Amino acid sequence: MASESELNAGIEDGVRRRDFINIAAVSFAGVGAATVVLPLVNQMNPSADVLALSSTEIDISAIQPGQAIKTSWRKQPVFVRNLVAKEIAEAKAVPLGDLRDPQTIDERTKPGKENWLITLGVCTHLGCVPLGAAEGENRGDFGGYFCPCHGSHYDTAARIRKGPAPTNLVVPPYEFTSDTVVTIG
Amino acid sequence: MSFPWAKQYQPQHPLMQWIDEKLPMPRLVYNAIGAGYPVPRNLNYFWNFGVLAGAALAIQIITGIVLAMHYAANAGVAFNSVEHIMRDVNAGWFIRYAHMNGASMFFIVVYLHIFRGLYYGSYKAPREMVWLLGVVIFLLMMATAFMGYVLPWGQMSFWGAQVITGFFSAIPVVGEPVREWLLGGFVPDNATLNRFFSLHYLLPFVILGVVILHIWALHIPGSSNPTGIEVKDEQDTVPFHPYYTAKDGFGLGIFLLIFVALTFFSPNMLGHADNYIPANSLSTPAHIVPEWYFLPFYAILKAFTFNFLWIDAKLWGVIAMFASIALLFFLPWLDSSPIKSSTYRPMYRIFFWILVFDVLLLGWCGMQPAEQPWVILSQLGAIYYFAHFLVIIPIVSRIERPLPMPNSITEAVLAKHATDTSSASATA
Repeated sequence: MASESELNAGIEDGVRRRDFINIAAVSFAGVGAATVVLPLVNQMNPSADVLALSSTEIDISAIQPGQAIKTSWRKQPVFVRNLVAKEIAEAKAVPLGDLRDPQTIDERTKPGKENWLITLGVCTHLGCVPLGAAEGENRGDFGGYFCPCHGSHYDTAARIRKGPAPTNLVVPPYEFTSDTVVTIG
Repeated sequence: MSFPWAKQYQPQHPLMQWIDEKLPMPRLVYNAIGAGYPVPRNLNYFWNFGVLAGAALAIQIITGIVLAMHYAANAGVAFNSVEHIMRDVNAGWFIRYAHMNGASMFFIVVYLHIFRGLYYGSYKAPREMVWLLGVVIFLLMMATAFMGYVLPWGQMSFWGAQVITGFFSAIPVVGEPVREWLLGGFVPDNATLNRFFSLHYLLPFVILGVVILHIWALHIPGSSNPTGIEVKDEQDTVPFHPYYTAKDGFGLGIFLLIFVALTFFSPNMLGHADNYIPANSLSTPAHIVPEWYFLPFYAILKAFTFNFLWIDAKLWGVIAMFASIALLFFLPWLDSSPIKSSTYRPMYRIFFWILVFDVLLLGWCGMQPAEQPWVILSQLGAIYYFAHFLVIIPIVSRIERPLPMPNSITEAVLAKHATDTSSASATA
C-alpha cells in the first residue's frame, strides 16, 4: 500500500495523477451516456413516413361564394372558403391595431384571389376544429369561425378576435395550380 | 423507524426463522403493516383512505394487465378492440367497466385522502416528505389516467389528446416542436397511441414505487391523528394489526360495495357518450370536457380568456393550471401554524370548508361551456383558489388563536369518552 506521502510525491499544485484519471473517466462515461440518450429522445419525433410531406390537390370549382369546404392535409383539417364581397370588406374595415395578431386579408390570401381564404381548421388555442365551415354552424361574433371548446371567435379573414387563442388560423403553404385547383403542401 | 415499544417480529416456525435470517421480508411486512407498527389509538374513518387508495391501485393494475391481453394499440383497430373486449371477450365487459370506474374510485379516495391531509394538517413537520411524495403520486396518477383515457381511441380520447398535448404548444418558441415530439406527428395518430399505451402500462408501476417511498416516509414519524398531537408514549398507540387491519377492512368493504354498485348499475355515469364514437380528426365534439377528476383544473385553464402583461391568454391558462398543482409542493412552508388539526384551529377550519366549496364550484364550472356566467365564476374560483394558499393560509397561520389542546392523545380520547358517557346518561 502506498502511503499518502508517496501518492502525493512530486506534486506541487495539489492535483494528483489519479484526480485526472477520475475526471477523465467520469467525463468520458458522461459523454457516452448523453450520446445514448440522444437517439432515445429523438425516436419520439415524427417518423419519416409521417414527415413525408404529402401534398393535397383540391378542386374548388364547386364552392359557391359564401360557401366553405372542409378537407384535410397531413391529417389536419383544412378550411377552404369562398368569401363574398361583404366579408372581404368587413375584414378590410378592421384597423390592424384592433387585432391580437395583426395581418391584412391580402397577407392571408393570394394576389388576385382574395376571395379564396384557405386556412388550417385547427384552433390555435388547443387544437380543436372550429365551427363555421359547414352550412348552419355557429360562426361566432365576427362571422368567421367559432371554436366551441374554449370559445375563440375568428373573423371573416379567420383572424383571432376574441377568446383564448393567441394567433390567427394558420394559412398553410399552397399554390393555385389552375383557376379551379389548389395544391396544398 | 418506529417507537421503542413496537413489538418485535419473533418467528416460531423453523422455516420462518430460516427465511428471516436469509431475507427478512416477513419482518419488513410485520413492521410495516403488521403488529410491529404502533399507530395512534384515535384514528377516525378518514384514515382509511390511504389503504383504500392502495387497494384501488391494485385493482387498476390487475384489471389493466388483463385488458392489455385483449387490447390492440393501433389507431386502425384500437376502437374495435375495445368493442371486442366489451362484446366478445369472456367477462370482458366486466373487466373493462371495473377498470374504467376503478379510475374514478381511485381519484375519489385520493381526493378524500388529500382533503383529510389538508383538514388535519398531515402535511406539516415532521411529515413534509410524505406530503411531497403524495403530490408526486397525484401528478403521476393524472398522467396515467389521461393516457389511459386516450387508449379506446374514441372522439373524447382523440380530442382529449389533442387539447392536453396542446398545452405544451403554449410554451414560447419550443412549444410546437415539443408538442410534435410528444405526439410523434402533427396530430394525435398511431405513434401517439402506441407511446401512450407503453407509458400507461409503465406508470402504474412507477406509482407503486413512489407509494412504497410514501409509506416508508410515513413510518419514520408514524401516522398522524385527528388531534394532531404527536404520540408521547405507549398508551397513545395500538398495533396496526389487528386494530387497523380490522378498521381498514371494514372501510374496504364499504368502498367495494360502492365500487361494484357503480360498475354494475351505472358503469357509464361518469363517462362521456362521445367516446363511443370512433376518433375523427376532422370533427371536434360540440362540447368537450375532460373526465370529472380533472374538471377543477380544467376550469382554471379556461378562466384565462384575456392577454395580461406580456403573456398571452393561452400561456396564462396553462401556467395557472400547472401552478394550481405545483403550489401544493410549497404548502408545508406556506402554513406556519404549529397546530396541525383543524379541531383546534377555528379560523383555518372555516377557510378549509370555503376551499372545499371553491374546488367543487371550479369542478362545476369546468363542466360548462365557455360562456357567461361560467367564465366569470371560473375566474373568481381560480382567484380564490390561489388566494387560499398564497394569502389566506400564511396570514391565518400567523394571526389565529388556537383553541386549548389536550396534553396527549390518551387525554383527548378519555375526555371525549367522559363527555360521551355523561351526555348518554343525561339523555337516559
